Amino acid sequence: MFVLVEMVDTVRIPPWQFQRKLNDSIAEELNKKLANKVVYNVGLCICLFDITKLEDAYVFPGDGASHTKVHFRYVVFHPFLDEILIGKIKGCSPEGVHVSLGFFHDILIPPESLQQPAKFDEAEQVWVWEYETEEGAHDLYMDTGEEIRFRVVDESFVDTSPTGPSSADATASSEELPKKEAPYTLVGSISEPGLGLLSWWTSN
Amino acid sequence: MEVKDANSALLSNYEVFQLLTDLKEQRKESGKNKHSSGQQNLNTITYETLKYISKTPCRHQSPEIVREFLTALKSHKLTKAEKLQLLNHRPVTAVEIQLMVEESEERLTEEQIEALLHTVTSILPAEPEAEQKKKTNSDVAMDEEDPA
Repeated sequence: MFVLVEMVDTVRIPPWQFQRKLNDSIAEELNKKLANKVVYNVGLCICLFDITKLEDAYVFPGDGASHTKVHFRYVVFHPFLDEILIGKIKGCSPEGVHVSLGFFHDILIPPESLQQPAKFDEAEQVWVWEYETEEGAHDLYMDTGEEIRFRVVDESFVDTSPTGPSSADATASSEELPKKEAPYTLVGSISEPGLGLLSWWTSN
Repeated sequence: MEVKDANSALLSNYEVFQLLTDLKEQRKESGKNKHSSGQQNLNTITYETLKYISKTPCRHQSPEIVREFLTALKSHKLTKAEKLQLLNHRPVTAVEIQLMVEESEERLTEEQIEALLHTVTSILPAEPEAEQKKKTNSDVAMDEEDPA
């Protein structure tokens, strides 16, 4: 679920923090910059693992702060393909089942990847697995708050960095709000035996 | 900012749990600057991640247990990703093993799956309440046998 990513960056320490130990100031700055943020094509950054190398710190003319090039390793949430994860159902919509891990919420299980046959109950807004046995069909509801085991089948990164002002007329674009896209989304599947709500597969 | 290696190492949930718990202790000791606006993101993500990991079997593991587990798994010829999933999830049924081990029907016989399950459940500690439940069940069974 978590990987270690090696990165290099230049960290700026303002003069009023020069009395602190350099390592502590740098750790704080790196966490301030990266914690809980998604890095494009890398994953959701959690926290600093360690600093592997500190190069010389320079002070440039016109700016009293010191600039240090730092090589460090960061703990990043980036599940590999086909990994099994356990999360909680956040809600259901016609697009599928939304799952959350507490610290990461953009996981979707599309209708085609649910245990088949599945139908969407419009009245209660939940997805239902119509489980057939010899006695008849049982309706297994996927309620909010239930723990669910799923497999990661796809991930997508969207570059949400700001683009420049568009060339179209400014009045039109100011009326519509730009669509908020999640920078990192996971697509899951529960269409295998053993996957789905934990309560479906516990023996006792 | 430059990413030198986006996949330099895989971390088990236990290692991340250890790291976050140590970080929390460190920040509790240093005290004052926890609530400055810059640290809010770090606080949020460490709190939520710790909350999530604490509900998994990893919180009862230790470096010795992990080492013992990996040595015991050497004979089963599993890939690194499969061993990591077994360590993080602690499967107790054959269905779960089939999910985590690719092509398990072809690579492992039934006895091997049983042996694997036994290794997992004996080396990796379970949630204490599950163990208590098992203990009370076996106590009840013993009481029923005694009067006879």
